[in-house]
Parts: sequence; structure tokens; C-alpha cells
Amino acid sequence: MSKEKISICEDLADVMPPEYHTLVENATYGNGERGWKDIGSSKELIEQHSLCAGCPEALAFRYVMASIPNPEDTVFVGSTGCTSLVFPHVAIQNIHSLFGNQNAVASGLVRTLRRRFPDKKKDVIVLAGDGATVDIGLDCTMQSFFRQENITTICFDNELYANTGGQESGLMQKGFVAKMAPVGKTFEKVRLPEIAREAGCHYVACLTVSKPNRVEKAIKNAVLVAREVGPTYIQLYTPCILEIGKQSMEGLDEMKDAESIGGRFVMKEYISDEAKKLLDSVEAERKAKKKAAKAAKK
Amino acid sequence: MSQYQVKAGPEAYLPPAAASMGIVLPDPGEAHIEGKIVSEDKAYEHCAKKLLEAKVPTIFPGPLVLWKWNEKAAQKAAAVRRLAEILPARIIPMADYRPKYPKIDPEVEINPNHPNLTIWHSNIDVGLFVGVHCHQANLALKIIRGGTNCYTLAMCAQAGHEDACLSFRDATVEKIDKLTATIERLKKEGVKSQAEPFTQFKMDRTGRVD
Ligand SMILES: Cc1ncc(C[n+]2csc(CCOP(=O)(O)OP(=O)(O)O)c2C)c(N)n1
Ligand code: SF4
Ligand SMILES: [Mg+2]
Repeated sequence: MSKEKISICEDLADVMPPEYHTLVENATYGNGERGWKDIGSSKELIEQHSLCAGCPEALAFRYVMASIPNPEDTVFVGSTGCTSLVFPHVAIQNIHSLFGNQNAVASGLVRTLRRRFPDKKKDVIVLAGDGATVDIGLDCTMQSFFRQENITTICFDNELYANTGGQESGLMQKGFVAKMAPVGKTFEKVRLPEIAREAGCHYVACLTVSKPNRVEKAIKNAVLVAREVGPTYIQLYTPCILEIGKQSMEGLDEMKDAESIGGRFVMKEYISDEAKKLLDSVEAERKAKKKAAKAAKK
Repeated sequence: MSQYQVKAGPEAYLPPAAASMGIVLPDPGEAHIEGKIVSEDKAYEHCAKKLLEAKVPTIFPGPLVLWKWNEKAAQKAAAVRRLAEILPARIIPMADYRPKYPKIDPEVEINPNHPNLTIWHSNIDVGLFVGVHCHQANLALKIIRGGTNCYTLAMCAQAGHEDACLSFRDATVEKIDKLTATIERLKKEGVKSQAEPFTQFKMDRTGRVD
């Protein structure tokens, strides 16, 4: 895929629905500086969403799609769950894997892409729910970390199995009672960010999606490090408002509460030395470019 | 047991997959008509006649010919346009495969998840699919055979579709053009298009502009 391919055949362009015309004319493919601030002024790479009204997963999708550095050369690997309902509406290559297999599929994919396109930067990003990442797919998730696969793993953590009606998940907090887990969770929330760090992830971040600039930075860091150094892991708190009994408008407040001091989702970040070196050099390069552009303007 | 025939529907709420009824795909150089393997030449004739005798002949181009993946895709798109113009036939795109919300506009698009809506809306009696990925084509073709009386034609770039009433395989620009030429020849021989008069809609980023 390259951004040149995101164009419509001239002979049939005049029958294509309007959203595809805007996608070609006004999306941010090929723009190295793309980010969450483009939302509202350019065509987003997500057309509609089929989640519950007000679901923070929808917000998270928008920010993630706006933040990835190289959408025309990125492949997402998804898994079953609420997240998988959104992928058919996304203008980025994506693969739906069998529930839990996502990191295994992504491993094969990234290796193949690197062989097939040695001179191109192709990013492979896993995006799946907590049930897929931490429970049923934990084996594949961890093994991909151990093997140092060049993939970014993003977990939409809503602390339960939302799509199937509210079963207990490893990332659920202790004591929580869900619609289909009436006894209440008897053990602590699995500490996957720490496990990911120990298992060899070079960049790990855990945060809510209440602040788009933070999400953008974390996603960009994770993708760049995965491309050059090794596996990265991002855990985003995207509360299932349906299961925790909140209204459509209350998702943002829930995330803000969860990230305030003492909350479960106070932002944390781990960066390996190798990743730090890379990110510092990328930042220095970005600053130099900006300075040069400013000077050229004068 | 008599051989199953892949005829226009409505067949059943859920028609069987033609493959499960013993229909096999054509070999290179062949095609199938209603499940019977025939020579490609025979299929051109039959396909051309079906399109000419239709009241609402319609071409449904899919993503593989709508998007400019490469030069070949662009040439196929041009060939599809030539075919539509010679008939004449409506063009209604299957631009992607997402289940659109709240619903598609059946006058100007078709969706593999409920293609019957588009076919019912315009009373499409013969439809030709081109450039639709196999798995989505199979889904759409079965739904159409199940709930509509549309005769389906597949200009397939791979191994053909059992679930279409007629299917070519290994479609190329040349094959689409050969179908166009067959129609042109039949017209010269006096076969008249039975298509009802229509105006092809036009779109840009603001919506319909026709
Ligand atoms: C192999 C397999 N096992 C079980 C299921 C049933 N299933 C569908 S969605 C789902 C839960 C998804 O939970 P999570 O990954 O947390 O995503 P969420 O819906 O919460 O976003 C399950 C168990 C399945 N589709 N496939
Ligand atoms: S069930 Fe929960 S996670 Fe799924 S779409 Fe609805 S609010 Fe979002
Ligand atoms: Mg979940």
C-alpha cells in the first residue's frame, strides 16, 4: 500500500459515494505530522462506528487512527470483541484474527512484510480487547514479547468481556460484580504493563483516553519503537459504560476519575534504554526540522 | 439425482451454497451457465443476451475496479464503463463491504450484507458483478438468489463463482472488452436492448450532482 494507491479510478469516480471522494481529497495519508489535532479539519480514517452511543472505545479509535504515523503502510490486526465492530469502518488495512490469536497473526505478518518489502517501513499494530489480550490470548501476547517481535500491541481495557455481555476478565478490578460475573472478582487486576516490561517490551504505556495529546504521544512512541527496536505495549482504559451503569455522557468523567491520584489508571510509562535513545533522536530531529522550517519562513 | 441449477431466485430465505449442491468451478478457458460448465465463447453469447433482454440491466463494480490499485485496475474500470455505455446499463458501486448505518441509499450503492435492498429498490432483473472480493461476492450472490429474482452474472478475476447464475473466470480487460464486442455484434445483428430508459446518477464529494 502507498498513498498513491488511495485514489479512485477516473472512469468510475463519478459513481463513488461522497465519503470516498473526501477520503481521497482530504485525509492525512502521507502527512508525517498527522495527529489528533487533524480531527475536525480533515477526513478521519474512521467513517462511522457501531459501538454503543458514548462508548469511550469510539473515542479511543479516533485518537489512535489519527495518531499512527504511517497509515498507508500500516496493517492492524484485530480480534473478536467490541473493537472488531469498528474495523469494517476504518480506512486502514486490517485483518480480523481468531479470538486470542492476534499477536501470533501479527508476528507472521510483520516478518513477511519485512521480507517482501525490505526497503519500506511497514507497521503492524495489534488492537484488541482485554479478554483477547490478557486472558484467552495471553499466551500469544506474551510469546510475541519474548520473541521480540516488531509489533505494537494496543489493549482496549474495559475491564471485562463487553461484547458477550459482561464476563469477568483478568484486567477486571478485584471485587467487581458484572452482569455475568455475579460472585465478584476474587483476585487483583492483572498487572500487564509490568509483566510486559519484564517480558521484553521496549515501550509500555498505560493510560486513559481522556487526553488526546497523551494518547497521540504514546501511540507514536510505541509504533516508532516497535518499528526499530522491538515489541511495545499500550493499555488504554476505555470503560464499558454499558456494563458499569453509566450514561452516554459519563465516559469521560469515568476516565478522569480513574486517572486522578490514587486511581487505577494514573498514567505510567516504561521505556527501555534502547528505546529512549531512539525516541530522543527522533525528537531532536523533529525539533531541528521545525526550527529549520521556522527559519525558512523568516 | 438431477443436477442442481443455479437459477435466478427467489429460491429460499437461505439458499444452499451451490458448491454444496455439487456445482463445480470452471477450468481455465471455461465458464459456467447456471452451474453447467460451458466454453467461454458460449458464456459470452449467453451473458450478452441476458444483459440485452433485461429491463434494468445493472453493473455492480467492486473495490478491485473502483480503486486505482494499479494501472490494470484503471484499465478495467475503463472497460467496465465501455460495457455500461454500449448496453446501456446502470452502474451501481459496491465501494466497500462495511455494514453502513443507518442504512445504504439503495438507489446509488449496493452492499454485500444486504444487496437485496438495492435490487428490490430499482427492480434490477440482471446484474453483473465485477471486482468484488470472492468471500463478499459469495455472500451477496447467495442473498440475491435467496430473496430476489435477479439473474446474476460474475465477471470474476479468480476461479469463478458457483453461486452466480453465470460466471466467467480469470477476468481481464480483454475479456470485459470481448463481452462488450459481443453485445455490439448482437445489436448490429438486430437484437435490441430492452432496457427501460434511465439516467445514470453522478456523485462528487458533496453527494449527488446529476
Ligand atoms: C475463540 C473464541 N472464543 C470465544 C469467543 C466469544 N467472544 C466473543 S467477544 C468475546 C469477549 C471479548 O472481550 P474483550 O476482548 O475484552 O473485548 P470487549 O468486547 O470487551 O471490547 C468473547 C469471549 C469467540 N468469538 N471466539
Ligand atoms: S458494550 Fe461496552 S465496550 Fe462495547 S460498545 Fe457498548 S459501551 Fe462500548
Ligand atoms: Mg474487554
